[in-house]
Amino acid sequence: MEAHFSPSVLIANIVLMGMLGVITIAIIRMRSLFAIVMLSGVYSLVSAAWFQAMDAVDVSFTEAAVGAGVSTTLILAAMLLTVRTAKPSKPISKRWGPLVVVIATGAVLLYASTDLPSFGAADSPANSHVGKAYIDETPHDVGTPNIVTAVLASYRGFDTFGETVVVFAAGVAVILLIGFGERARAASDWRGKDEEQGENFSDDSHLILRVVSKFLIPLIAIFAFYVHFHGEYSPGGGFQAGVIFAVAVMLYAMIFGLRAAMKAFPPVWARVGAAIGVAIYGLTGVVCMINGGDFLDYDYIFGPPTGEVHGHHNWPQITGIIGVEVGVVVAVACVMITAFYAFAGRVPEIRDEDW
Amino acid sequence: MLVAATLAVIAAMALLLARAIMGPTLYDRVLAVNSFGTKTVLLLGLLGFVTKRPDFLDIALLYAMINFVGTIAILKFFRYRSFGVPLVAKKPDGSVQIGEAHND
Amino acid sequence: MIDFSTLFSPENLETARITLGSALTLAGAVFSAAGSIGVIRFPDFYTRMHAASVTDTLGASLVLIGLMLIGGWSLVTFKLLCIWVFFMFTSPTSSNAAANGALRAGLEPFLGKWTGQKVTVKGQEALKVQEEKE
Repeated sequence: MEAHFSPSVLIANIVLMGMLGVITIAIIRMRSLFAIVMLSGVYSLVSAAWFQAMDAVDVSFTEAAVGAGVSTTLILAAMLLTVRTAKPSKPISKRWGPLVVVIATGAVLLYASTDLPSFGAADSPANSHVGKAYIDETPHDVGTPNIVTAVLASYRGFDTFGETVVVFAAGVAVILLIGFGERARAASDWRGKDEEQGENFSDDSHLILRVVSKFLIPLIAIFAFYVHFHGEYSPGGGFQAGVIFAVAVMLYAMIFGLRAAMKAFPPVWARVGAAIGVAIYGLTGVVCMINGGDFLDYDYIFGPPTGEVHGHHNWPQITGIIGVEVGVVVAVACVMITAFYAFAGRVPEIRDEDW
Repeated sequence: MLVAATLAVIAAMALLLARAIMGPTLYDRVLAVNSFGTKTVLLLGLLGFVTKRPDFLDIALLYAMINFVGTIAILKFFRYRSFGVPLVAKKPDGSVQIGEAHND
Repeated sequence: MIDFSTLFSPENLETARITLGSALTLAGAVFSAAGSIGVIRFPDFYTRMHAASVTDTLGASLVLIGLMLIGGWSLVTFKLLCIWVFFMFTSPTSSNAAANGALRAGLEPFLGKWTGQKVTVKGQEALKVQEEKE
């Protein structure tokens, strides 16, 4: 079966992919790191639009939140510790070996991709067995309209547990490599210290930014909770909600200073919260086990299933899904905030003149 | 007509991309990236209507917020070279300007 | 005499609503594209900022209002309204922040091509100081 795109979506796809190619070439050829960071943010944006055009909305959501928002900020914070231009790369004539390897690999991959089924074909293996089973069984088993969330949180809940643990491990790795940041540690001992201690101020009052941010930051936090709770009915879920909440805290830190942000959301909470998030996820599964089912088998979350018909809402499944999503939100938000505090709290070693 | 609007917005995005690559100063690039983000929000909304699935406007709403944060991050970073500096000015006698976040 | 009951019948109103919405959307997209052409062609950062910020806010507002009209009374319209309110707050603020940052960092505006002025911003401040001394 042929893939069926309406002509406008087809044109949009081609143009967006073309833009991705142009951005990639520009990133490779540029040497100013600021420009490269901004262009990678733009790359994530175009990817998000492209995913939306291809009907993959949850992926688009995550790409927009993580790739364009948090990644840009964290990479900028990492740039603080290094110089502003990249070193010039060697000319191509001296690097023909890697060039040949890359071209050969690319050609092989392109040739292999002609064997893939067409986009959206109903008789492809993914769509005819497992995909079809998910679409058929979800209303009966899980009952949420968003099948992607049902697969992620209920059918493949153990996988998502692994992903949450991976995010937690990444946070631990950041702390091991970078530390909590000297200023982060000093700022987290704020109790009892004098306010006069070395906090520099800006040279401009930035009144407009501060007033507008006071309006926006609570809205972003509320939007995070909306995305979390609405994840069963619309694109969203725990990961995106955690990232959005972290963005709210980052915005607060950028406008009102790191010390004020650490008073509002202490680093200790972030570090402990990451572990608590993973624990909530695991505990949901253990509760199911205590009641006699398998790990993360939500039908057993209130006790052995009574076999009654669930009417409009399948409460055990919904409770289980919300429980694990709470764990994911807390873990992801706290890991992102920890990484931000670790990066932002470091004192740069390169002097301002050399930068 | 929605299709024509979508194509116009995509053309605008391509032009802004050219400015982001060409722009001699950093601020040209910041400008281009900020506008690009706005056009992306519009494109997401239009695509949702063109494909007859307008329920996915959450992404556009999210991106409208994230765009702002990204622009502020780049500007603050380029000017103060640190994320920790609060955007508050100190008056010459040492007190802080009206409207500071924390006084306690 | 004009027969108002058929002129404002539900089908006609609906067609009018959708047509008006599509027209507004197209107008907004055209404004955005015009602003982007300005960003390419204008000579200086500040003029480009003018083109980008003004047409951004206006074009985005028109597109969103047009989409709201097409959507009718539904949750979609409410979400579009939220996006619109957001844009009203954040778009001018980002433009202000960028222009302010550029000015404080010392980026000089490109004067003199049409007005013949030869004095830059820093020069004007120096002139003012001189006037106060006199």
